[in-house]
Amino acid sequence: MADNSDILVKVRDLHFARGERMIFDGVDLDIQRGKITAIMGPSGTGKTTMLRLIGGQIRPSSGTVHVDGQHIAGLGHSALYKIRKRMGLLFQNGALLTDMNAFDNVAFPIREHTKLSEDMIRDLVLMKLQAVGLRGARDLMPSELSGGMSRRVALARAIALDPMIMMYDEPFTGQDPISMGVLVKLIRELNDALGLTSIIVSHDIAETCSIADYIYLLSNGKVVGHGTAEELGNSSSEWAQQFLKGHSDGPVPFHYQARDYLADLMDGSGNQKGAANS
Amino acid sequence: MKLDSLRKFGRSGLSFFERLGRGNILFVNILMGIPALLLRPGLIIQQVFSVGVLSLLIIFVSGLFVGMVLGLQGYNTLVDFGAEESLGVVVALSLVRELGPVVAGLLFAGRAGSALTAEIGLMKATEQLSAMEMMAIDPVRRVLAPRFLAGFISMPLLAAIFSAIGVLGGYFVGVNLLGVDEGAYWSQIQAKVDFDDDILNGVIKSIVFGVVITWIAVFEGYDATPTSEGVSRATTRTVVHSSLAVLGLDFILTALMFGES
Repeated sequence: MADNSDILVKVRDLHFARGERMIFDGVDLDIQRGKITAIMGPSGTGKTTMLRLIGGQIRPSSGTVHVDGQHIAGLGHSALYKIRKRMGLLFQNGALLTDMNAFDNVAFPIREHTKLSEDMIRDLVLMKLQAVGLRGARDLMPSELSGGMSRRVALARAIALDPMIMMYDEPFTGQDPISMGVLVKLIRELNDALGLTSIIVSHDIAETCSIADYIYLLSNGKVVGHGTAEELGNSSSEWAQQFLKGHSDGPVPFHYQARDYLADLMDGSGNQKGAANS
Repeated sequence: MKLDSLRKFGRSGLSFFERLGRGNILFVNILMGIPALLLRPGLIIQQVFSVGVLSLLIIFVSGLFVGMVLGLQGYNTLVDFGAEESLGVVVALSLVRELGPVVAGLLFAGRAGSALTAEIGLMKATEQLSAMEMMAIDPVRRVLAPRFLAGFISMPLLAAIFSAIGVLGGYFVGVNLLGVDEGAYWSQIQAKVDFDDDILNGVIKSIVFGVVITWIAVFEGYDATPTSEGVSRATTRTVVHSSLAVLGLDFILTALMFGES
């Protein structure tokens, strides 16, 4: 692993529980500066939660998250908001403000945080929209944009303040092959052109492996494997193989945890609750 | 079994106080956001439009009809005592002291409060609030505070408009239809309605109602479970709770203001 100064986000012994359910049970991650790091794992392993922990929207039960040397959970309101100005997060559904058109959405963070003239803001917004290829769609309302387009507008908005770190929450989910290709290309190009550090949370293996410099595999609240796409492909871990190849049964069982099938069927007394309480 | 119900009771008690606590924290955070907001009047004006101006029609129409009914009922009672000259005072005092703030408050809760909750709740459900947080824009200050301030500004104005239209409605029925003397209608109002005791107290009531209704509305939206069911429940709660709060507070305020005289 690289030395400390190259690590932008450092997660150590992270525990996080939602209610009774343990989401993270001792996770260590290092996100290297300037690289695209992917966090992959099956649905429900808390990948999105990880991004929210990095962004400081929720606090870990124990363990630490450091971003650029700052302990996120220990920051006060204003310090947290200050560091968030240097973070961009692309939400799964885009999360565009529905009462403004594409232009105003991208202009929103610039208007809130700077005192630039409208002329300057116009230039900046058009540059960001040009970068995602939607300069022509500036007057459309979010309801008039397709799923892929609103994700790209949201991407333009997320990079509006030139963040140091860009996080993508399931950027490829629900996209047609063309917009998927566009997004893959955009993420790579933006990362290299703007000198960003990118974190992608995803379970789309082919797309993610094609751009990620480093990959962490999460399952059941733990890191079960990490390395480059190539290293993971050659890994001997059964779990990694099942996940990367998409087998339906393996270390991750096909069946949700339940009591014995036969006993369940024979039990006519109508215990509908299944295994949870038995 | 007994222990179970006790546990349930305890849990609902705890969650009630938790919500109350969250509501109070939110209230303080909103208040802290207001000074910075005063530098951006555009945001406030936009919200006064959607909270206040768009409620005008329902306030106009209801005020008119409430005033007309007051005129009719008041006349029917007063005429038995030959006191129909006092119709103006009856109408004006009822409106200024009670019906103006209370009925306008109830309408405001139904029209503007529910809209605020639904809007904020949906913004939460579609992660717009979360996205703002990640853009380092505090949604409490950017979204909630302007709406709260708009409610605070609009409600007394709406209540005043309601009362004024109501007095005109009473005038229309009493003077034009039932034949009360025009001069008596106005001069009685002028003579008997006191600015400090009646009008100012009514304005204070409407300010209190405005604060409470918008507080409940923005809190319910902000605290809503981010699902369609959660938003619909929160909207219902806003209307129910703020209507009950208006009626309950009205009694308390009335007792404090007019109790001793």
